[in-house]
Formats: sequence, structure tokens, C-alpha cells
Amino acid sequence: MAEALKTQIAGLLNEPACDTNRAKDEGSRRKGCTKQLTPGAAAGGCAFDGAKIALQPIVDVAHLVHAPLACEGNGWDNRGSASSGSEIYRTGFTTDLTELDIVMGNGEKKLYRAIREVIAEQAPAAVFVYATCVSALIGDDIEAVCKAATERLGTPVIPINAPGYVGSKNLGNKLAGAALYAHVIGTMEPAEPGLCDINIIGDFNLSGELWQVKPLLDRLGIRILGSISGDARYAQVAMAHRARVTMLVCSKALIGLARQLEDGYGIPFFEGSFYGISDTSAALRTLCMKLVERGAPADLIPRCEALIAQEEAATWAALASFRPRVAGKRVLLYTGGHKSWSVVSALQELGMEVVGTSVRKATEEDKGRVVEIMGDDSHMFDNMAPREMYALLREARADVLMSGGRSQFVALKARVPWVDVNQEKHEPYAGYMGMIGLLRAIDREMNNPMWADLRGPAPWEVAVQAPAPAPLRLASGSPADFEDC
Amino acid sequence: MAHLVHPQRALSTNPLKTSAPLGAAMAYLGIEGAIPLFHGAQGCTAFAMVHLVRHFRESIPLQTTAMNEVSAILGGGEQIEEAIENLRKRAKPKFIGIASTALVETRGEDVAGELREMLARRADFAGTAVVYAATPDFAGGLEDGWARAVEAIIAALVPAQAGPKIAGQVNLLAGSHLTPAEVEAVADMVRGFGLTPIVLPDLSTSLDGHLSDDWSGTSLGGTRLAEIARMGQSIATLAIGTAMRPAAEALANRGVPPQVFASLTGLKAVDAFVTALMQLSGRDAPATIKRDRARLADACLDAHFQIGGLRVALGADPDLGFALGTALTALGAEIVTAVTTSGLNPIAADIPAAEVILGDLGDLERGAATAKAHLILTHAHGRMAAERLHLPHVRAGFPVFDRLGAQDQCRVGYAGTRAFYYEIANAVLAHPHRPRPEDFGATPVAQEFDHASPPPSTH
Repeated sequence: MAEALKTQIAGLLNEPACDTNRAKDEGSRRKGCTKQLTPGAAAGGCAFDGAKIALQPIVDVAHLVHAPLACEGNGWDNRGSASSGSEIYRTGFTTDLTELDIVMGNGEKKLYRAIREVIAEQAPAAVFVYATCVSALIGDDIEAVCKAATERLGTPVIPINAPGYVGSKNLGNKLAGAALYAHVIGTMEPAEPGLCDINIIGDFNLSGELWQVKPLLDRLGIRILGSISGDARYAQVAMAHRARVTMLVCSKALIGLARQLEDGYGIPFFEGSFYGISDTSAALRTLCMKLVERGAPADLIPRCEALIAQEEAATWAALASFRPRVAGKRVLLYTGGHKSWSVVSALQELGMEVVGTSVRKATEEDKGRVVEIMGDDSHMFDNMAPREMYALLREARADVLMSGGRSQFVALKARVPWVDVNQEKHEPYAGYMGMIGLLRAIDREMNNPMWADLRGPAPWEVAVQAPAPAPLRLASGSPADFEDC
Repeated sequence: MAHLVHPQRALSTNPLKTSAPLGAAMAYLGIEGAIPLFHGAQGCTAFAMVHLVRHFRESIPLQTTAMNEVSAILGGGEQIEEAIENLRKRAKPKFIGIASTALVETRGEDVAGELREMLARRADFAGTAVVYAATPDFAGGLEDGWARAVEAIIAALVPAQAGPKIAGQVNLLAGSHLTPAEVEAVADMVRGFGLTPIVLPDLSTSLDGHLSDDWSGTSLGGTRLAEIARMGQSIATLAIGTAMRPAAEALANRGVPPQVFASLTGLKAVDAFVTALMQLSGRDAPATIKRDRARLADACLDAHFQIGGLRVALGADPDLGFALGTALTALGAEIVTAVTTSGLNPIAADIPAAEVILGDLGDLERGAATAKAHLILTHAHGRMAAERLHLPHVRAGFPVFDRLGAQDQCRVGYAGTRAFYYEIANAVLAHPHRPRPEDFGATPVAQEFDHASPPPSTH
């Protein structure tokens, strides 16, 4: 690993703004926040994956992956970040390095040509060039190529140096944030900076979740100036340094970027979530309060309170109709680090019982909230092996599993309803309207008549009720002597 | 139980229903060496034939008694005699199935009586079985005409006094809603249990779309007349579709116990059929059937994400509407609009919707728009409504003239149900909804941020 990248990673992993990091002793802090992966028992994305996930939602950028085919060829077009504008971000661009390119050291030349071609064909706002294991290993200097290309071609070409082998997806998120801070943020100025301009960091507009929240901000006169990176334009990232407040959504990974914006440009940040009713209200409240502290009109706060009161009342009224269909049902949550406790409390409010929740990526603070909401810690568990989860579900100790895609088939094969609540999901569940959508999804899934049919016995598993007639005696060679069709 | 709605209006817009004589002709085409004969004006036959040709993409040997002004007034008995004589000369059919049309039924002709008298007189017609079904266009639809034809075949060709039982032989009465591929799939299931089915009518060998070695002026395959004559000796009758109940009862009068299966689409429906086959044969289900059931269960899990909560507008004859409708609601879909063709089949009221309209595609289109349906499930004529409403359209029923392979569609049995669920789920997936800010009431991103594409680089 290049010395510069090594130093950068060490810096990224020692994040002063991160509570978890601060709570560690000197020794474990030096080790960084990524756990060593266990060969043979690892599942999850690499640093490149993490960088790509964090940046790909910038819609008018051509995302060019400098790699042999697998990195982009096996990974593209699989996430639901929605765009209201350009579609360039969805196109898969890669240098598709061949054996000859690698052996002959043609990587840099091919990369430059690829950058030139993508600019000529697509005229993107910028090109993001992703280093990967192979291109980093053969020593391609993507930073030099990007610099030369920017100068000669007149379009910003940004190096994203997060080859897969340096670490986990989480680290890739961090490296992506660092690249934006180093190369993009601060390079453009908004025409009319406003007192209610904000950054939202860590929302990727999956299935349009950002747009579920945006009407609330619209009504308060708050403008999303910088978005990293849901439905973002390159210009919005470049202008993020002019926002008044940063909201960091559901993400420890990009906390470093939020902190850098605070240190470098004096933009205060806070962590919040748009999942669940109370968290949405809290996020709006904090946002308005911080904006007013920084000089926004003071009436923003009462207007925000009025909006919250109105929206909460309407949402609870809408949710009440689901109560008879979901009350008494037992939910197992397996979500990793999601800050979904306000979802949990809303489910409990509607009479559902949360029988267990995973805390495998949760912080101590998160665990504290679990105990607070669920009474004790007996329902918390760390990792659960698929077989163990299958057994638990098969014994019908839960009526529905809410989790990410990886445990989907464990639930389904155990004939247990499953609701997707991770990033690959196809339905948006953010803000107040998202909570109604989530309940609709839970209701639809859990009350599908299919489950009873699937759990019922097959005809050959049923003891024959009527005495079966004596087996037929068929003459050999009869046309009826038919083998399995 | 759905509420049956009879719209109180004079105008029918975009018919869903296909005529009863056409249904009878289709059933007759499932008999070997058959020529269906419409007793009516030649236009009745021409329209029906074009309809059948467009659906099956085969030449259809459909003939007419070509009623003229004189016979329309004085009676068409002679027309039938002349038609039979000519058909025997030209095509040597083993079987002629006569379906009456509205014209002769309005006149009130005693076709059955005249036919009896004529066949007694014309001993030279003995080599051709002639069957007559009363199928006026003004009563019921395709499904009813088909059922009347099968009943007529049984009445005429299955002896009232049956011989001894033949072990393992069962009658399989195929409803009009089954495609040739479906008839074959059901018959194969029956054979899988070591039983020998006599399929009536058997479109799987006549209208399955095969290139034959020689030109034939009659149907290319179908149930053999000798098999029909033996139907009274079967140990059971399995009728597929409630419309086939009267035919099954006719065989019951000849000593064969009937079982009617309203549907063979959907896990529970196929389970019931398999259970019956296990009991009839005394055998366990074959391994292929067990595997198909496990695969269907898995397909249910995969497809229920698309089908659960899906709002379907369904237009079909009663048996087909019931089969497809119940299969979809079993996976959590909602039939928000149901239109069917004929109230003569009691299953119409069991189509799983709040109300079932005895109406047309105009009702279906209005209903789909009002109820905000997500998908239209009906025959090919529904395509205009689907286009206007920008909805996916899955074609089912008769006719399907704008897609190839209508005869190959198989939606019955465990495997067919699996294919049907994938078909519906894929139709949903093929119309992806890309979320937009306005869906949520959000304002668009300020133009200031949008990247104005510079002219393409000249490097």
C-alpha cells in the first residue's frame, strides 16, 4: 500500500468526532475502527464498494472504474438511488483491464483514453476515477492521470483512491468523503447563498427517500444546498462549503467529512435520522434550531413546531388503521447499525412486539437505547448464524423478520414473512410518509394469505382420510404403466 | 361470494365475450377427424373462423350450412343434410359437430328432431358421427357453447348402458379455459399416477400447433371416437372447470362417479387434484410432482413481493376468471375489478372480488381506471385499454391474436402455476416505477445546480 494512502487511512480511522473512537483507549484507537476480517467467515463489501456506494448517487458524474471487469461488471446497476435529473451515474464505465494491459503496463494510458472518451461521449459534469486492487497493485498513478486529464480536457477528473484490499466498505465510505473534501468541496460558489441552506450527508435517496423528507424542508423554506450524495449534482457537492448546517444521516462512516466541514468552514453538524416519527421530528427540530443559531429568522422554530404537530397527528391517524392488522405480532429486527429505534418505538406503539434486535454494529449508545425501549437487554443479540436464525424463525418465535437482503432467504425458506429495511430495498420508508409506507409493507407482507398455504402440508404428508381404494392392478405393458412424466 | 352486477344499460362497449357457437366449434375440434358445422348464415362461420385462425395460427376446418333467405323462412333441415353430404364427399370426416346459431334458434327450428329423422333415413351417413348442440349466440358465451357441445357428444356417443369397468381408466373433461398445453399437462399428471385418461375434448393433439405430414380437411388430432364410446367404463370422471359439471353429471348417469375441480391453478387447487389422483390410484405422488410442488412454493416466495398488494383488473370467462383470480389472491393480490361473460356458470359469483360485473371490456377499463389497478389480465382485446391506462397487460383467455404461442401457455399444475406467477411478477417488473420528486410532493432541484453540458470535447 502506498505510504500516502496508509497515512491517510490511519488519519481517517482516528476520528476525533466519533464517540466510539473517543471512548477507546490509546491502544485500540491506534488499531483503528475496522476489525480484521476473518478469512472464510467474512461477508460484506470492500473499500472500493464503499467508496462507490457513497459517491455513485451524484447523478451528473461519470463514475469510471479503473479495473479488470469484475469490480464494475459484477457490481453495477444494483442500487436504487433515484435521480431527478441526469442518468449518467447509472451507466457502467470501466477500463476493463486485460491481461495485456496489466503485463505491458498500459493501465495509465488506457485510463487517460477512457477518460477522454467518456467526456467526449457523455459530457459529464465531472469524472470520478476509482482505483481498485489491480490498478493500485500495478502502481498506476491515478492521481497524476486525473490531474493531467483535468488540465487538458477541461472537465474535473477526480481520483477516488480506495482499492478493495485496504479494508471494509465502511473505510471506503470514509475514503470517498476524504476525496470529496480534497478535490471537490469548495471549488464552486452558489449564486445566492441563503441563511437556510443545509448539507445532508449520508442519505443516498434510495427509492426516493430524500424526496419523502424534502417537502417538509420545502415548507420550512430550507434548501438542500449540499447533498452527499442522494440525487446530488456535482455542483451541489462543490458548493457544500457554503451551507449553514450539516445533518449527518444514519452514518458514522462519513462523520469525518462532516467534522472537516465544521473545522474548515465553520459549518456545525449534528447526527440525526429520518426513520421513524420521533426521530424525524427531532431531526427537523435540531435542524431549525441550529439554523436559527447561525442567523436564520427566529420564526423558523415555531413554524417547525407547527409543522411537526400537524404531521405527527396526521401520521398517527393514518397509522391507527393498521393497528388491528399488526397488533400482537412479533417482530425480529436484524439490521446492523441502523438507527432504527424510533421505528421500533412506533411499532411498539401500534401493538407489535419486538422480540429481538441485533446490535452487531451498534454503538454503546445505541445499546443503551435498546435497553431503554425494550426494558432489558435479553432481546439483544450479536451476529446470528443463518442456521440459528432459520431455526429460530422456523419455530415461529417471530411473525416477521425485518432485515437486509442477506438474511432474506433465511426468512423465506423458513416460511416467515420478511420486510426489507436495508439499503437494497425497493420502497422508501423515510420521514412521516415513509413510516406509513413501512406499515403498509409490514401489513401486506405479514398478512399475505400465502404463508398459511406454504406452511400447510403437501397432499402426501396428510394421512389419507377416506380409506384409499385398493391399488390398481394393471396389466404389464398397459399404456397406463407410465413413468414419471 | 361476489355480488353479481348486471349493468342496466343498452350499450356494450368492446365485447369481452366470445360467442357460444365458437366455443362449441372449439370443443368439436378436440375430436379426431372432426369438422364443426355452424347451422346459420355463412357470416357466423366466417367471423368465428377468422377469430380461431388468428388465435391458433392454424387452418380451421369450420363449415356452415349457409342459410339463405328462403331457408331462413322455410327451415334449414335440408341445408344440414346437404352440408353433411358435401362434407363427407370433400373431407371424409369421422365426426361432424353441429352448433346452431342465433338465426336458427330465433326461428325456433327443431334441429334435433330433424337431424334424428334425417340420420334414420340416410343410412349412407353411418360412417360419420353427427352431433348437435343448441348454442344460440344470445345465450351465454364461449364457455357455455363448449360445455353444451361436450354434453351433446356424451349424449350422442357414450352408450347409456356401459360395459364393465376398465381398471385405471378415468375420464378427463377439459374445460374451455384450458389451452392445448394445459390439457396435455393435466393428462400427464393423471398418467403420472398410473391412470389412463380419456380426455374430452382433447385440444392437446389437435390444436397444439404441429406441422403434419399431409393436408387434412378435418381436425388434426383429438379424442378418438372409440375412446368416447368407452367413457362409461371409466372408474371416475375428473371435470376441470365448473362449466363441465353438467357433462360430468351426464357421465354419472352412465355410472361413472364425478369429481369437479373448479381450478387447477394455485397451490391449494393443485393439492386437491393431486390428493384425488392419489386416492384414485392408491399411489404416492411421483417424484416429479413432489419436486414441482417444492419449486412452486419457492416461486411463491420470490413472486409474492410483486404480487402481494397488486391491484388486478380481471376480465375472463367464469372458469378462467376463477382459476387465475384465486391463484393471484392466494399470493396477496387484490382483484379490484372483475368482469366476466356469463352468469350461467355458478362459479362466476366465486371470482374473488367484491363484485363481478357481467359486462364488457368497457366495464373493465372503467373499473381499472377508477380502482387504480396496477395490471390488466384479460384476452388480447384488452390491449387498447391497457395502452390508454399505461398498465401492463397479461394476456389470458380467448382470443390472443397479438402474441405467438397462445396454445403453449400453461398455467395449470404446480409447474404451470409457477410459470403464471413469474409471468405476472415479470409483467410488473417490466413496468418499473421510477420514483420522481413530485411523487412525494417535493420541489425539483434548483436549476442553478444542474450541469449544462458543454459541447462535446474535441480532444
